[in-house]
Order: sequence, then C-alpha cells, then structure tokens
Amino acid sequence: MHSFARTHATEVALLAVIAVICTVLSFATANFFSIGNAFDLLNTSSVNIIFAVGLLVVLIAGGIDISFAVAASVVQYGTAIALGWIGGGGWISGLVIAGSIGICLGAVNALLIHRFRIISIVATISTFNIYFGLLMFFTKGVSIYDLPEWLTDRVVLFEHEMADGSWIEITLPVLVMVLCVIATWVLITRTTTGRQLYAFGDNPEGARRFGINIGAMQFIAFGWLGLMAGIGGLVQAHYAQEVVPNALYGRELDVLAAVVLGGARLGGGKGSVLGCVLGVLLIAITQNGLNLMGVSPFAFKMIVGAIILIAITLSNTSIERLLPFATQKGARR
Amino acid sequence: MTGFSERLKGWFGPEMAGPGLALVAVILVFGLVSPQFLSAATFGSVAFQLPELGLLTLAMLLPILTGGLNLAVTFTANIAGLTLAWVLQANGGADAGAGAFALGCVLAVMVGAASGVVMGLVIAFTRAHPILVSLSMMIFLRGLGEFLTRGGDVSGFPAFIGPLGHGSIAGIPVPLIVFIICVLAWHLLLTRTKLGFNTYMIGSNLEATRYSGINTRKVIVLVYTLSGAMCAIAGIIMLARFNSVRIGHGESYLLITVLACFLGGVNPFGGFGRVIPVFVALVVLQLLSSGLNLIGANQHLATAVWGLLLVGVMVLRFAASKFKISFVRKGT
Amino acid sequence: MQQLAITGGSEKPLLSLHDINMTFGGVKALKNVSFDVRPGEVHCLAGENGCGKSTLIKIITGVYRPADGASIEYDGETYSHMSPVTAQDRGIQVIWQDLALFPEMSVAENIAFQTVLGRWPKLVDYGRMRKIATDALKRLGITLDVDLPLKEYAIAQRQIVAIARALVGEAKLVFMDEPTASLTQSETDHLLDIVRGLSAAGVAVVFVSHRLAEVLEISSRITVLRDGALVGVYPAAGMTQSRITELMTGKTFDQQVRAKSRDDQPVVLEVKGLSRPGQFDDISLTVRRGETLGITGLLGAGRTELAQTLFGMLQPAAGAITLEGKPVHFSSNRDAIKAGVAYLSEDRLSLGLIQPQSIADNLVISSLGKIVSGGFLSDERKRKLVAGWIADLGVKIGQQGDAISTLSGGNQQRIAIAKWLATDPKLLILDAPTVGVDVGARAGIFDIVAKLAETGLAIILISDEVPEVYFNADRVLHMAQGRIVGSYDPRSVPLSEIEGAVYA
Repeated sequence: MHSFARTHATEVALLAVIAVICTVLSFATANFFSIGNAFDLLNTSSVNIIFAVGLLVVLIAGGIDISFAVAASVVQYGTAIALGWIGGGGWISGLVIAGSIGICLGAVNALLIHRFRIISIVATISTFNIYFGLLMFFTKGVSIYDLPEWLTDRVVLFEHEMADGSWIEITLPVLVMVLCVIATWVLITRTTTGRQLYAFGDNPEGARRFGINIGAMQFIAFGWLGLMAGIGGLVQAHYAQEVVPNALYGRELDVLAAVVLGGARLGGGKGSVLGCVLGVLLIAITQNGLNLMGVSPFAFKMIVGAIILIAITLSNTSIERLLPFATQKGARR
Repeated sequence: MTGFSERLKGWFGPEMAGPGLALVAVILVFGLVSPQFLSAATFGSVAFQLPELGLLTLAMLLPILTGGLNLAVTFTANIAGLTLAWVLQANGGADAGAGAFALGCVLAVMVGAASGVVMGLVIAFTRAHPILVSLSMMIFLRGLGEFLTRGGDVSGFPAFIGPLGHGSIAGIPVPLIVFIICVLAWHLLLTRTKLGFNTYMIGSNLEATRYSGINTRKVIVLVYTLSGAMCAIAGIIMLARFNSVRIGHGESYLLITVLACFLGGVNPFGGFGRVIPVFVALVVLQLLSSGLNLIGANQHLATAVWGLLLVGVMVLRFAASKFKISFVRKGT
Repeated sequence: MQQLAITGGSEKPLLSLHDINMTFGGVKALKNVSFDVRPGEVHCLAGENGCGKSTLIKIITGVYRPADGASIEYDGETYSHMSPVTAQDRGIQVIWQDLALFPEMSVAENIAFQTVLGRWPKLVDYGRMRKIATDALKRLGITLDVDLPLKEYAIAQRQIVAIARALVGEAKLVFMDEPTASLTQSETDHLLDIVRGLSAAGVAVVFVSHRLAEVLEISSRITVLRDGALVGVYPAAGMTQSRITELMTGKTFDQQVRAKSRDDQPVVLEVKGLSRPGQFDDISLTVRRGETLGITGLLGAGRTELAQTLFGMLQPAAGAITLEGKPVHFSSNRDAIKAGVAYLSEDRLSLGLIQPQSIADNLVISSLGKIVSGGFLSDERKRKLVAGWIADLGVKIGQQGDAISTLSGGNQQRIAIAKWLATDPKLLILDAPTVGVDVGARAGIFDIVAKLAETGLAIILISDEVPEVYFNADRVLHMAQGRIVGSYDPRSVPLSEIEGAVYA
C-alpha cells in the first residue's frame, strides 16, 4: 500500500493549511473551536459543497461549466411552479423534479459541446446568458416567498445540547450534502463509468481509441453537474426560505475557485472528492474565523481572495517552475 | 476583383464572417420589424452604450489571445474608478480642479495596470492557470472595494467630468471617441508591433515561442498590464457616465466580454483573433439590445438573445467546417 | 517488383489481408495491399511517412473500414472489415506511438484498463486490477509500483506499461508503432529482448520503425510499402540498410563523404571543460568557419543538453565558451541569438515551429527587428524577407499566410532553417534535423547544410544516425554518457568503425 501523502499531496496540504488556520483561530477567538461552530459551518457550506462535487465531475472529464449556478436558479423556479401544479408535493417529489430539470439543463450543455463541437467554456457562457436572461425576463426579477411549508420548515435530524450550552445540529441540507458527496465519490472512484470519465479527461484521444463513448461521457458529466445543481438549488431554497432569481448569480466562480483550490485541474483527469470538499471548507472556515475575530464582513472577501491567490501561486511554484532555464525538458511529458 | 476581396480578407480575416453576417441579419430583421430601428435615436443609444462594454472587452481580448483569460476586468475597472473618485474627493469633491482629475486618471490607470502586473507575474512565473489567478484577483478586488466603500456609492464629482460620459463633439459621443481611439490603438498594437506579434505566437505555443528567442514572461506580464490599464479607462468612463462609483457596477458585463470576443471569432485557446471583428460583434450585441428594447423587451431578454446568438454563430461555424470537408471530399 | 521472396513457410498465417483499398478525400491511401503475419513471428512494416503504414494498422484494428472487396483472414475466420471491439476480443493489440496511456491514473489502472471498459457502469475491482497488472509485469520481468500514478515514471517505463497492457488482452498479435523513438540504447535493447520473449511465447509482433538497424536486428521478415502500394515482402536475413532505403524510397542513394579540412579557417566556437552535472562532463571542442562538426551518440548521451547550453537555454556548471575569440556567458537564449548562435530544435512539432501559425510568421519570429519600419512591423518587409528565403532554400509553399502545419516535414524543416538564418548566425546548431523528414527529402536538407558551410557558417550537426554525420560532417565526435569519447575524420575512418564504437 501507499503513503497517502505521496498520491494525495493536494489533500494533505489543504488539511495542513486548515489545521494551521484552525489552531490560529482557536487561540484568537474564544468560540471558534467549538463543536457547535463546526456543525454551523457544515450547515452553511452544504449548498456550495453540493455544487462543488458536481462541478468536480465536469472538470475531471476535461470540461468547465459557468452556467450551473444560474441553472440552479432556473431549477428553483421550475420546481416551485411544478410543485404548485401537483399541489404541494414533498421532499421526494421535490428532489425528483429539481433533479430532472437540472439534468435537462446540463444535457443542453452536453448537446452543444458534443453535437456541435463547441468548446465547453464557450457553450456554457452562452447557456449562462440564455438561462439567466430568460429567467429574469419571465420572472421579471420577482422573488417567490410563498413556498410549500415542507420546503421552508427547518428539518433538524439530530440535535444535542453541549455542556457549554451550544447546540449541535444536523439539518437536512447536511444530510443531502453528505449523500451527494458519497454518491459522487462512488461514481468517480468506484464505478467503471467514473474511471472512464477520468481517462477521457486525462487523454481524450487515448480514450477514444479504447472505444469509450465520448458523447456518453459528456452527457454523464454535465448531466451529473445538472443533477447536483438541481438538488443544490432546492436545498438553497430550503435554506434561504425564499427563491430569488439572482441569488445564485456569481456563485459559479466562487465554487470554481474552491474546486480548483481542492486540486482539480482545468483541463481534466485530476481531482478528488476529498480535495474538493476541503477546498470549499477552507474558504468557509477562513470566512467563519474572520467573522468570529470581529473582522469587518467587507474585508472577508478581500482576505479570501488574497489567500486563494497565494495558495495558487505557492501550489504552482516549485524550483523547477521558477527556473525553467536551469532544468531540461523531457523530465515531464 | 479578386485582388479586392483578397485585400478585404487581409484586413478582416476569416473571423469576420460570423459577426459580419450577424450584423447584416440584425439590421435587416429589426429594420423590417420596427420602423424606428433605423433611426438616429437607435444609433445614438448604441453609441453611448457601446463604450463601457467595449473597453472591458478590449481588456479581455489580449489575455484571451495569449490563451488565458482576465476575469478581474470589471472589478479592476471599479477599483480604478474608486482611485479617481478618491483623488477627486481628497481635492475638494465637487470643487476639484482639472489638475486633480488628471492626477486621478493617471493614478487610476496605474492602479489598473498594477492589478495586471500582479496577475501577469503570477501567471508568467508560476504558470498557474490564468482563470484561477484572475478569479482570485477578482475575489480580492471585489473584497477590497467593498471594504473601502462599505458597499455604498461614492459620488460628488466636479461638473466638468459629465461630458466625458454624456457629451458629444461634432455629434459624436465623447465616450465613443475614447473607445474608438482605444480600438485603433489595440488594432495597431496587435497588427503592427512586436508585442502584438508575440502575443499571438504565445497563444499558439508558448514553449516554441521561448525557443525562438522571445522573452515570453515579459510579453505575458505586459499583456496583463495593458489589460489592467484598459480596465482603468473603462472605469473612468463608467465614473463619468454614472457620476458615481459603486463596487459591482458593470459586474454583469464580465461574461459578456468573453462572449463578445468569441462572437468576434477569437480562438478560445488563443493565438487567433482580431480587433475589428470583435468591434463589429460588440456593435451587433448593442444593436440587438436596442432593437429588442424598441419592440418592448428588456435587457434581460437581450442577454438571453446574446447567448443564443453566440450558440447560433458557433453552430454555423461548425456546419461551415463540416460542409467544407464534405465539399473537398466530393470535389476531388 | 512484386517479389514474394518467402516461399518456404508452410505454416498457415495468423493474419492475412488481401485487396485492401482505402481512400481519403479522393486520395488513395492504400492500393490493393496484401499483408500477412505468421504466428509468433517478428515482422517489420517499413516505409516512409505517409506510405500507408498507420492506415493499414488502423484497418486491421478496426479504426478504419477498408473499401468493399477487402478480405481480412484472422485466426481461422474471414472478415470484410474489423471493429475495435472484435479486434481486441480476438487478441489484436496496438501499442501506439503516443502510447495512449493515462498519466494521472495508476499503473495498475493503465495496465488493466480493459476492466473498466464497457457500456454499463459496474463496480471497479481494484484488487483484481492490481493482480492483473502485477502478473502482466511479472511476465515481462519488470517490477513497478502499480499504485503510483503513471506520470511518476519516465517514458521507458511507460512503454513497458503499454506493452503490459497489450499482454493483458491475451494478445496473439501485437503492433508496435515506432516503439523505440524516444528510448535510449539500453532501454531499446531491453525492449527488443521483451519482443523476442513475446515472439518465443507465440505472440506475433509487427514492428513499425524507421530505425533500420533495429528492424534488421529483430525481424524475420520485412514488408515494404511505398505510396500506399505494396513493394514486396523480404526475409530480413541478407537485407542491408541501404537496400531497405532504396525499396522504401524507390531511389538509390550513393552517398559520398563530404568532409574537407578547414584547419586554415579561423575558430568560431571554442568550448573548454564545459560541464553540467548529470548531463555532460568536461566537454571541449572547436568549430571553425565553414566547418561542419558532427556529434553523434545514443539518445541520452547528453548531446541535446550540450546544444541547449551552447544556445543559452541551460547554464553550465563549469567551463568556458568563447565565440570568435571573445568569452561569452549566456543567461538566456536571447543572449545567444544576439551573439550569433542559432539552434534548430530536435522537436520541430512542439518546440521548433509554432504549428498553427503561418509560414511567414514562423520564419520572421526570431528576427522581428528586420521587418520594423518607422517603429512598426511592416507587412511589405515581411513579405519580401519571406519570399527571399523561400526562393533561396527552394521551399514549396502555397501562400505565405498558410499554416506551417500544412507543409511536409522536409519543407517545414527548411522554413525552420530559414528562420534561424534570418538571424544572421555565426554558428548554427542542427539537432536531429531529419527527424520526421522523409528519407527522400533528407538529401535536400543536407545539400542546404553543405551550401551554408561554403558561405562560412560554422555548423554543429547532431544526430543519432551515424551515417548522417559521417557523410555530411567534416569531423565526427562521439559522445557517450556525457563525455566525448572519440573523434574521427570521415576521410580516413570507415563508417563501420564509428558505428561499431557507437553501438558497442
């Protein structure tokens, strides 16, 4: 067996950074290192993690998707309307409807990419504008507050009061998030389809020669992200207790930054569910910690941006990269 | 005749086909649907709306040509605008003089260029993916701006700045003049300078360009610096047009600038693309939104139509390449 | 010409193709080709680039479908065409030149990749994968850590992984497309041993290689293709390299030694005690005006690293470089170009030329200063400069604005040479200038080299094909393991002596 550190360098580095930040924060603030706070973090990060594992699958298959966050908004509206038609529904029907609409929206991307050979960034920037423009046009920017009760009721699956009086809560979003994470992990590491996705992202021409169905790969990757966007959208509506058409606008780039911070590679073939979750958590923990330290909320994003920039710079920097003239080519492929 | 068409091709290149066709189609369709479309009013509104998006698109164009992307364009523009606003306010706000304005503009351009320098250095020396570097720069600048403004507006500028956003010289809007000067400068840069030449070469193959004796790092840093400086010009024009600065202003333009570049035939992987077709693509986008406005739709529908237009042009390009291949096969 | 020289083999062939025709866009890529392979034999498929070798492999493996009327007999059954699935199921495996491996995935997954194939999702059995991979490697007598990602291994080990993968499919017939192109000599020897082992175990191997020495060493029979047509099938015994070249090109080459003494000429480049740890050690040499210095040696001998050091891309750890009597120190290749050194890269596709860009732009990239007029680049000057060089070097092109990738290898190489000549070099380093250039077009390149030397240019010619440097250089240095181990004068030493030393 193998030393984990060698094959999972990014994940180990992220864990180390998270550990350092946690240590610093637990000294700097009184209540950071409480279990209650940790569960709070999980609750607030759930939607982003659901989006992130979906985007991870697309990145692994060598694509990129800009449209998923606005697609999630479209799903929220579509689901709210469909639930109205069927007279309320429940979590099961809600998830099925949201997931199906999401898959359809993802399939549009896959169709453009596979059938018309439009590269993914161009295709998804187009659909980003189409989805968002049409959503705003038809909803006239009006939010929905009148959601079914089951959707807005907080569902606490487990709660426990700690000795210090803080509460541990596991809410429904966390459960859904955990299920999505496990499902994605099973898909990409335990099924043959997942390995084909990796192979396709790593070496598309090689995958083609093995007779891997390229079209199927695109539809699976973008369909999976669509499914996650749909589920994430519904969970976000539950969490926010309202549907605002531009609530998720701009979320795509934040999630993308987190996923890539977690070791996924733009260009395909690389990335893990663990790294992806750690990437989202690193950003969430930093924000949470800064909040508890009493830093102005306006400064969070600045510091987070600086941290990502530094992390990217350091993770891409090695002596070899800084001094390309001093090394020979050929060592790498 | 062939000589003329050859020269046209040389001027505009094959990239022109998509935006050119779209331009003709938009003018025809809206001209037929709405009698008011082909009027001075339409072209007046296009002329005033074009520059903001246009300047940001020019800022996006150079990095795309090197095979990268600059996702920080809108917030760089905001921060540069903020710099100018700060200089004006420090010198009396509404009573600030022309000297303060000039100083503010210089500082704004320097701030924009500085954000480009940082991105350029990180990209050139660590070879981190430009999407990531500019994305984190974007998050940083957005946070910085929100921190400095507490999410509010900054306003109260001297009256003489107004014409820069609203005025006209000889019937031509001032922002349009600024934009056209920038378009010509970019055209000259890309077709007639070593930097422009090397930008294309790096976009196609960075290592081979380095082996040819080009200082590729210098080129990349310069490209992002110029991109940042162009953002600052956009930021100054935006300040003048709205008579205020707010972080997040123009945020929705970000992905539209990328869309405009692709519509203008710029290769998403870098190495190919020209300024003039991108300019035409921008005109098409603005005409579309003005035309839709005339028939009662709003900007959101226009955004959706922009997306559909890009899909349409890409599908046509795909079909054209297929047709060409089958034609050659049958022809021989 | 149709001389099916082998008559004795009574054994029934494993694979036998007849009447194979293939047309691409109106061009006949294969014309009535027949081809057969016997069980357990090592068969060589030889021919110039574009002669139809890879098209033939793709037909046999089902990637392409031949024109109607073709018959493919394989292992007792007859097909009109193959499909990739049938070919793999029936034990036909290909090791592509680019290997078609997945660098981010583990060695085990790469070797046992077929276990993850299939239309419907199944659970991955990593244990079985690991066992399959370990067994396949054991058969080859190699130990690799099957859990590491493949990217951790060098190209030679990746080659082995590709072979191991072919063996997993219970291969009866393995095609190897240019398998030794990027291997060092000892790695090549090891690979050839593996091929012999496979052959002994009853697996037929079809070897596609342009390295004629290897072809002769390992094959029992050789099939030669030219312009999509079969030239003939020949036993390897009694075949010579020059005979195969003749068959492949349809031309006879009687090469003559071009060496001359240039001792009366001034020294252009002098190198003393140049070293870079792990790459080359204590290199001293001189090149005079108009002299062509040949450097040969096996891949990995440090030749390219030495050239890149002279070109300023790498920095020496010790030693001195003197150019026309002045000591020079290059901190980048830009300094070297300014000082008059030019370097034609061995990797034309990814380092030498910018393939998607135009012929004209590729030619002027290193001498942009020459086409500046009034502070801006001038299209007129560019056009004239390019037209001048194209005429001088006899390059056949369509339009100056066409992408360089539309040119043949030989014409591309001429543009690459012109690009460097446009920088007015004093010293031109040619690193493997005939790689990817058809045998027939190579003579043209060397004619240009000879003419350049006559104009007084100092030239360093690097090649791992000893005859190339023997016939075209004035002096030949032999590099091995980073050191210069021999110096020869082609006028007084026979080719065989140098070959003997290099391939020893």
